[in-house]
Amino acid sequence: MISLAELAAIRDKMKDKVGVREGSAETRVVVGMATCGIAAGARPVLNAFVEGVNKEGLSDKVTVTQTGCIGICQYEPVVEIFEDGKEKTTYVKLTAEKVERIVKEHLLGGKIVEEYTIGANR
Amino acid sequence: MKELSLNILDIAKNSTAAGASLIEISLLTDERGILTLTIRDNGCGMSEETLKRVSDPFYTTRTTRKVGMGIPLLRLAAESTGGTLSLVSSTDPANHGTTVTATFDTGHIDFVPVGDVVSSLVTLIGGDPDRDFVFSDRSPSRSVFLDTRELREVLGEVSLGEYEVLAWIKAYLLDQYRPAST
Repeated sequence: MISLAELAAIRDKMKDKVGVREGSAETRVVVGMATCGIAAGARPVLNAFVEGVNKEGLSDKVTVTQTGCIGICQYEPVVEIFEDGKEKTTYVKLTAEKVERIVKEHLLGGKIVEEYTIGANR
Repeated sequence: MKELSLNILDIAKNSTAAGASLIEISLLTDERGILTLTIRDNGCGMSEETLKRVSDPFYTTRTTRKVGMGIPLLRLAAESTGGTLSLVSSTDPANHGTTVTATFDTGHIDFVPVGDVVSSLVTLIGGDPDRDFVFSDRSPSRSVFLDTRELREVLGEVSLGEYEVLAWIKAYLLDQYRPAST
């Protein structure tokens, strides 16, 4: 059985980190989670970003957030990546597998995965 | 929607958009296999006018654009199994909020499986870690329950949205879904 005692242990471990992360993220990954996004598969895409960012130890630099309809429903699941001092990148028709590559090549390596961008999918 | 859990995620997001601080999601399956899904919130509620509109996808205008296809899709999923959908909402300052209730015959050939409801719940909590969620899934053979207010008491100033906390919530729920070992 998993109990609240384990949650208390997590709290004790996290306590010192509270507040440190606030506002320090340089990169924002925004996943469209309206009806259109959800129906097209945004839930596993979001989870893949959350998992990937934490697995690669990027959680201090990258925040993953949810938003409503971005307005290009036919391209869902759509993800926008905002980076300080750079132009926004819009990825379209994503899957969890594609996200793995984006985490490694874009978020970790700094190189946009052109073939998944809206520019390559028009 | 491929899974009912995706409709749940979608409809519950309307509750957060309505400014709810507490969202209750309950799944109750009786011995005849009738599933009742209830999503109740204490958000701003909807006027009579809006309430009439939300079930009709073609009646949606730009001003009510946030409502969109969510309710019609849930209604379709429910009615395809011979079930029903009902909406109760109040904008009364003393008692505002919305309750969406849908029933499904889980034995009907057109019943869409509930699917990964744990994933939907973790997505909801991760997206709005400052709101409270009460979740229950009960049937003659199982009883799953989560109240984020209880977790908050343990967590203190640590956010529900922390990766480690969300991972714990996922494990805690999945553990409850596991059949009791003898």
